[in-house]
Amino acid sequence: MTAKRYQPGDHLTPLTKPPVTKIQLVKYSGASGDFNPIHTVEEFAKEAGLGGVIAHGMLTMGFVAQMLTDEIGEQGDLLSFGVRFVDMVRPGDIITCDGVVQEVKEEEGYQVVTCDVWAQKSPGDVRVVQGTATFRKPLA
Amino acid sequence: MELADFERLLGVWSKPVKNEVEKGAIRKFADAIGDPNPLYHDETYAAQSRFGRLVAPPTFSRTFDYGVIPGLEMPTEGLIHGEMSYTYHKPILAGDVLYASFALTDVKERAGKLGRMILLVFTYKVENEAGEIVQEAKSTVIYRPEGGGAK
Repeated sequence: MTAKRYQPGDHLTPLTKPPVTKIQLVKYSGASGDFNPIHTVEEFAKEAGLGGVIAHGMLTMGFVAQMLTDEIGEQGDLLSFGVRFVDMVRPGDIITCDGVVQEVKEEEGYQVVTCDVWAQKSPGDVRVVQGTATFRKPLA
Repeated sequence: MELADFERLLGVWSKPVKNEVEKGAIRKFADAIGDPNPLYHDETYAAQSRFGRLVAPPTFSRTFDYGVIPGLEMPTEGLIHGEMSYTYHKPILAGDVLYASFALTDVKERAGKLGRMILLVFTYKVENEAGEIVQEAKSTVIYRPEGGGAK
């Protein structure tokens, strides 16, 4: 099997998640240990001026991580991954993760790929997370 | 806490805390994200992979206990998570015994459109029992002392 050779400008395989749900925010709070009530308690979030509960930024980062590990496959490794949280995600939002290759290097039997990655929400296609990731995949 | 209070704590590391990576915790975390990757869920599958055990997703280290920085009192309101980044050195696998610690490594005050902001950069470190670095992370948290905003 010949591995895919990445070129600058290539898109990663996008990932569209099911709409974010309030139950999911409760589950992520429990699983991550982040119990900030702005993610789970409607009254609290309204009082904080947010108009309702918002998703954990780290949940959206987790979606982008899923796109990356799907792309990388089991023989590859994620080397670095960072994002800025640029807009809020609310229950009902549909998040699509995507990425574009910026640089490809060859090192010791691996291709080392650096890409811009992001997540955007629908409706509106507003970017909610913006970042970069570097991964490596075996050349053969 | 004010800028000067944070500045006094720069570079003070928490005492590393032992964290045992549980397979149930990995499954629940992947489940909350909605990531069906069999490496996170299926022990038999993972056993036949090059990892040999269930693998933790890339942001799983968020769940660890990183201990306490003596003197640091983080506000619980008016915080916004601005940035998060990871450098991965070794995979985190179910059954791993890891030591996690963190420090405040940068602090700045800025005047923003919505008032005064304090930018706090925390550096997180995860090491294995052999003392090898497994993962490093940096988190930027924006704190508005006058309130407003959310994490």
